[in-house]
Amino acid sequence: MRIWSYIFKRLLSIIPVFLGVTILTFSIANVIPGDPVTLALGHRASDDQKNVFREKMGMDKPIIIRYGMYLKNLSRGDLGVSLRTKRPVLKDLLTYFPATLELTVSALAISLLFGIPLGIISAVKKDKPVDHATRVFALLGVSMPIFWLGFMLLILLYMAFPIFPGGGRLSLATTTPQTITGLYTIDSLLSGNWGALKDAIWHLILPAATLGFCYVAVISRMTRSSMLEVLRQDYIRTAKTKGLSESGIIRHHALRNSIIPVVTVSGALLGQLMSGSVLAETVFNWPGIGLYAVQSIIFLDFNAIIGFTIVVSFAYVMANFVVDILYVIIDPRIKLQ
Amino acid sequence: MKKDTTMSTLDVTDGFSELGERFKSILREIRYSLHMIRHSPLTLMGIGIFLGLLIMAIFAPHIAPYDPEEMNPPILLRPPSLEHFFGTDEGGRDIFSRVVYGSRISLKVGFIITFLSMTIGTIVGITAGYMGGVVDKVLMRITDVFFAFPYLVLAMAITAALGPGITNTMIALSIVWWPLYARITRAQALRVKELPFIEAVRSLGAGRLRIIFVHILPNCIDPILVQASIDVGAAIMWCAALSFIGLGAQPPSPEWGAMITSGSHYLRESWWYATFPGLMILVVVLGFNLLGDGLRDIFDPKLRR
Repeated sequence: MRIWSYIFKRLLSIIPVFLGVTILTFSIANVIPGDPVTLALGHRASDDQKNVFREKMGMDKPIIIRYGMYLKNLSRGDLGVSLRTKRPVLKDLLTYFPATLELTVSALAISLLFGIPLGIISAVKKDKPVDHATRVFALLGVSMPIFWLGFMLLILLYMAFPIFPGGGRLSLATTTPQTITGLYTIDSLLSGNWGALKDAIWHLILPAATLGFCYVAVISRMTRSSMLEVLRQDYIRTAKTKGLSESGIIRHHALRNSIIPVVTVSGALLGQLMSGSVLAETVFNWPGIGLYAVQSIIFLDFNAIIGFTIVVSFAYVMANFVVDILYVIIDPRIKLQ
Repeated sequence: MKKDTTMSTLDVTDGFSELGERFKSILREIRYSLHMIRHSPLTLMGIGIFLGLLIMAIFAPHIAPYDPEEMNPPILLRPPSLEHFFGTDEGGRDIFSRVVYGSRISLKVGFIITFLSMTIGTIVGITAGYMGGVVDKVLMRITDVFFAFPYLVLAMAITAALGPGITNTMIALSIVWWPLYARITRAQALRVKELPFIEAVRSLGAGRLRIIFVHILPNCIDPILVQASIDVGAAIMWCAALSFIGLGAQPPSPEWGAMITSGSHYLRESWWYATFPGLMILVVVLGFNLLGDGLRDIFDPKLRR
C-alpha cells in the first residue's frame, strides 16, 4: 500500500515543476522577443491583423493577467494555431507524436540491448582488451555528433551499398497499416500486415541505430561500473566459495542488482534521446514532432515551436516520473519517503 | 588540489616560511599532475587535440591554403586531392580552409558558453548551498524547472525567440546550461561549509561574502573544472547541432554544423562535403572528453598516492 502513497506524493511534486515550465515557456514566448505579435503572426501580417491580435490576446493587459490567460488556454489544450499548417498546434503534435515515440523507444531498446551486455562483458573482463575496446567505443559514442553519424550511415548503407532505405517511415509502395496506436510496427503487427511490418522495421533500423549509438556507450559504461561494484560485495564471494560457476553468479546474483543504477540513468537518457530525435528525424526525414519543430523553425512558426517545447517537457517529466516508480519497484531496499 | 587558504589569514607573524610552504605545495601539485598526465596516453591525446585546435584557430590564415569565402565556380564539388585536402564545396570553396577557419568559431563558442554557464551556475549554486533555507529552496526549484526540459529543445525555443544567429545560440545554450553547474556547486558547498576551518574563519569575524568566495569557492572548484573541460566540447557539439537545424550560424559562415547542413544536399555526389566538418567535431569533442577524464583522475583524491 505504501507504494501508492509514494506515487501520489511524487505526482504532487510534479505540479510545481509544471507551473515552472509554463512560466518559462510563457517568458520565452512573451518576454524575450522584441515583438511577440510579429513572432506569433509571422512577418507577412498586416498592421490591422496585428492590432486585432493584440486586442484578442490582451497584449495591453498587465503581464500577470496575460500569464493567467495563457494558463487557461493551456489547460484546455490550446497551443495556438500553426502558421505553416494552419491547424491547431496540439492536433499537429498529436499526429506526429507516435512516429517520435516509435523512434525513441526503439533507440532506447537498442541502447539497452547492446549496452548492458557490453557493460557486463567489460566488467567481467576488466582491463582485458575487450574492456579497453568498449572504453574507446564509449568515448567515441559520447563525442559523436549524431546528425553527422546519420549522414555517414546514409552515405555508406544507402548510397554506396543500398541495403537500407534512405528515410521516411515506409516505402511509397507500402500501404500505411490501419491506425491503432500510430506506431507502424505495432499497428502492422496487430493487423497482421506482415509486408508493412517488415518495411516499417527496415525503415526504423538506421534512424534508431543512429540515435541509440551514443547511448549504447553511456549504458555500457554505467553497467560496467555498477557491475564492478556488485562483484566486490560479500555475497558474491559467498556464492563463489559455494562453488557456483561464474556465469551462474553473474546471471543469478550480480545482474539484477547492477541493473538498478542503469534504470535511473535511463530516465535522464530519455531527455537526451528526445533532443537527439530532433536531429535524427531531420537527417532521416522521419515525420515525428522533432522534424515538425525543425520545419517550423524555418517558417519562423513560433506557436508550433513553443507548443513542441511544452509537449516535450511534459513527456519528459512524465517519463522521469515513471522511471522513479520503476526504480522503487525494482529495488525494494529503497526507502519510500 | 589542496587549497587551505585559512592559514594565510591566520598567520601573520610567520608569513615568510608559510609562503615558502605554500610554494612547495604548489610545486608538488604540478609535479603530481605532470606525473599523472605522462602516464595516461589518453590524457596526452586530449591535450594534443586541444593544443592542435588552439594552434589551428590562432594561425588560421597561415594554415589555410585558400580564402575560406572565395568562390571558385570552375572547380565546384571536387573530391579531395593534393590541392584541396578535403575537396571543394558547391561554390568551389576549399573545404579544408573553411574547416580551419571554422575552428575559430567553435573554440570561441565553446569557451564563451562554458564560461558563462559556469559563472552563473557557480554563483547560484554556492549561494544556495551556503545560505540554505528559503534561498536554497527557491534557487533549487528554479533549476528544477530547467531540468524539466531536454537541453536541445529548450535551447531551440530560446534561440527561435531571440532570432537565429550564432550570438543568440550562445546566449540560449548558456541559459540552458548553468543549472548543471548550480547543482554541482551546491553539493560541494554543502560539504565544504560543514568543515571545521569554515567555523574557524567565521569565529575570526570573516564576512559572508569573504567566506563564500575566498574560503568555500576554492575548495569546491575541482569538480566544476572537470565538468567545464568536458562541456567546452559538448557546447561545440550542441552549437553545431543548432546550426545544423538552421538556428545557429547561417550558411556562408564556415561553422562546422552549418557546413554539414549544406553538405547534406550533396551526399550522393560529394561524400566529402559533409564528412570532414563532422569528423572535426568528433575529434574536437573527443579531445575535450579525454581532457576532462584526465583532469578528473588528477583531482580525484581516491586515486592519490
